[in-house]
Amino acid sequence: MTDELISQTPADPQERIGVYVCHCGTNIAGVVDVVDVAQWAVGRLKHRGVVIARDYKFMCSSLGQELIEKDIKELGLTRVVVAACSPHLHEQTFRTACQRAGLNPYLCELVSIREQVSWVHTDRVAATGKAKAVVSGGVERVLHHQPLEPLHVPIHPATLVVGGGIAGIQAALEIADAGYPVYLVEREPSIGGHMAQFDKTFPTLDCAACILTPRMVSVGTHPNVTPLTWSEVTKVDGYVGNFTVTIKKKARYVKTELCTGCGICQEKCPKKVIDDIYEAGLGYRKAVYTPFPQAVPKYPVIDRPNCTYFQKGTCRACEKFCPTGAIDFTQKDETITVPVGNIILATGYDIFDARRVSQYGYGRLANVFTSLEFERLSNAAGPTNGNIFLRDGKTMPKTVGVIHCVGSRDRNFNNYCSVICCMQSLKFAHLVKERTGATVYNFYIDMRTAFKAYDEFYQRVLEEGTLFVRGKVAEVTDAVRLPGEEDKLIIQVEDTLVGKQRRIPVDMVILSVGLEPRRDAKAVAQLFGISCSADGWYIEKHPKLDPVATMTEGIFIAGCNQGPKDIPSSVVQGAAAAARVLGRIQQKEIALEPFRASVDEDKCSGCRICNNLCPFNAITFHEDRMVTEINPALCQGCGTCVAACPAGAISGTGFSNEQVLAQIEGLLMLNLETASEAVPV
Amino acid sequence: MNEQEQFEPVIIGFTCNWCSYRAADLAGTARVKYPPNIRLIRLMCSGRLDPTFVLKALAGGADGVLITGCHPGECHYIEQNYKALRRYLLLQRTLKQFGIEPERVKLVWASAAEGVKLAEAITAMVEEIRALGPLNWRNDEGRTTKDGHPSSFVHRPSSEQAEVAA
Repeated sequence: MTDELISQTPADPQERIGVYVCHCGTNIAGVVDVVDVAQWAVGRLKHRGVVIARDYKFMCSSLGQELIEKDIKELGLTRVVVAACSPHLHEQTFRTACQRAGLNPYLCELVSIREQVSWVHTDRVAATGKAKAVVSGGVERVLHHQPLEPLHVPIHPATLVVGGGIAGIQAALEIADAGYPVYLVEREPSIGGHMAQFDKTFPTLDCAACILTPRMVSVGTHPNVTPLTWSEVTKVDGYVGNFTVTIKKKARYVKTELCTGCGICQEKCPKKVIDDIYEAGLGYRKAVYTPFPQAVPKYPVIDRPNCTYFQKGTCRACEKFCPTGAIDFTQKDETITVPVGNIILATGYDIFDARRVSQYGYGRLANVFTSLEFERLSNAAGPTNGNIFLRDGKTMPKTVGVIHCVGSRDRNFNNYCSVICCMQSLKFAHLVKERTGATVYNFYIDMRTAFKAYDEFYQRVLEEGTLFVRGKVAEVTDAVRLPGEEDKLIIQVEDTLVGKQRRIPVDMVILSVGLEPRRDAKAVAQLFGISCSADGWYIEKHPKLDPVATMTEGIFIAGCNQGPKDIPSSVVQGAAAAARVLGRIQQKEIALEPFRASVDEDKCSGCRICNNLCPFNAITFHEDRMVTEINPALCQGCGTCVAACPAGAISGTGFSNEQVLAQIEGLLMLNLETASEAVPV
Repeated sequence: MNEQEQFEPVIIGFTCNWCSYRAADLAGTARVKYPPNIRLIRLMCSGRLDPTFVLKALAGGADGVLITGCHPGECHYIEQNYKALRRYLLLQRTLKQFGIEPERVKLVWASAAEGVKLAEAITAMVEEIRALGPLNWRNDEGRTTKDGHPSSFVHRPSSEQAEVAA
């Protein structure tokens, strides 16, 4: 049987292949003997059609590309293999170069000898040997490439933005201002996100509401924006340019066309509910509510599980007092589908659950607060009208300890730095000082105040007299050991600058908790078909050069769902994602990789094995002719059906059986003329 | 066998364009090291993996095959990695019938963020295959070594390895 499996396809004498080996400065040449690889390719793979092999310092530079173009024209190359970096970086570059020289761009193969060889191996001899094998695999594979034309698909001009925080608002506004329609979906009753909960924003101490609410109003009233609050995306079909998104609009039980947002219903509702979301559990809302006075839209929602009428069948106070008759208990959840060309996910973050660090006593010791709770405490519109009180609601603290890095930079919880905590802790120190005159301690591991005007703010807080203790807090306890600790919370910490253990009694502890991915981040990633890291942060297409695109065409990310970041960075990402989408919309169509499966009807036996394999419903069976057909518009090119077909009737362009099998032969160097050489390694 | 002559296995790795190929890219970008014994092939999806590819690689001289794909539930094409898993399990049984140690073919899930995990899996697999020894499943009929023995029954002398390894 092995005879058949390793049968060599003879090289077509018509084929003329050029092999180009990149030094990438010293990135490749430092480990791989690139000159040797090029010489080897032209010497030992001559009988496979290699007519020229060159090495060059930077193949991707314009001079490097011109080298290839010149060879294509002058030597009449029919195929090109470039051994350089990952195809995810420069495949397009070299395809375009080929195209400029009149060669079909799909007759070019880029093999990675940087990410897969020079960067991961240290032994020069072994790395050079592997680079030769990789080049040999590329040469065999490229011999089976077909000239292809990219698929052009039109881009629907509408965009879906998921998440109405500052990143989503910014993205929606940019696109709407450019004149294109936007659907802005938010699962809470109002847009605004976490920023709407904050009091002041560092380092300038602008009032968060003052700078956010005008944006909320602009986006809420923009003629090109359809705000869909109290709504969730339930299904995403289609592909870039042509998504069909199913959105569930949860029943508000309020007729928005009649509601004036007067707020009488909220006043009259007898049912008080602890507000876990907007007030972070510190305050109450009613069963019919808008999360905050400046909510956009202004219409309230009825919280069905907490509404007395829905639970007990009587009450209807809101209905009785509503001056416009807007309350409608008969409303049902509604499902709508909208066509969009692109999607921007700005789904934000959750805060780290401070209960997990049990030694800090959150949830057990009353006067331990989280940063989000403190935001509400210090907010003039919050439960204490901006007075910084202890949990009893009346006592002002005389000493306050702010603990940094709670749940961040900690191998027990999250290894990453949550970026914003140092600055928010400094902001808290300033606000406590300003409002109560209390003594404030900051317990930090390292002070991270990068970015514009941040370090100046740190200096300012230092000068205001905040005390800084460098060390990770071991414990917060109410167990009195020393005089003066009665009725206090004692912070046990190693002061690493002094080299001593300290016990510092305080009235209030604020835990500067880190940011975490949304609890349902993975489910949302799956819904939209994008990848997320093991933590749950969404993965960008390239961490430096393509930070808002994802590996799924047409889906972009912005804000904290990609990783912890501050407000300015979130706004930048929102705008950047919008710019990417606008570019797409204005091109009117997009070129897609023409990698699709197709059925050779003459070979198809009608066994229907492939019929259940396609999750995109691209495969249909024709009962009359007893053959299967694949719809190229629905096919996503995964190739699962190709691998399954026992008759070999399905083939996939770009990743055909011939291409993969040839690449295997090449990688194992079965293509070399001398038999002894064919033995791999 | 002394240290200089230790057996260097050849492993063919199949990667998914969306997760494990990017994990390999990430391992490179992060300069994570792993042994050079693996040679990777990019597929669009682990679901594209035709078991023939694995047999082809083994028959062509590979000592092991690593199949990688997105974690269950994270497939870029929704559920095709489950199909890869099914084929892999079936293939394992087939390999036994061929008299091939099933450990020579491994399935590892690696997301685009798991460069380190992929590198560790490769390192572990190289060691495991090294311990198993060469497969010699290649069709070497008619070919002989310098001593006149059929090559598939003789361990390859290191002098013969040098050319290609170099």
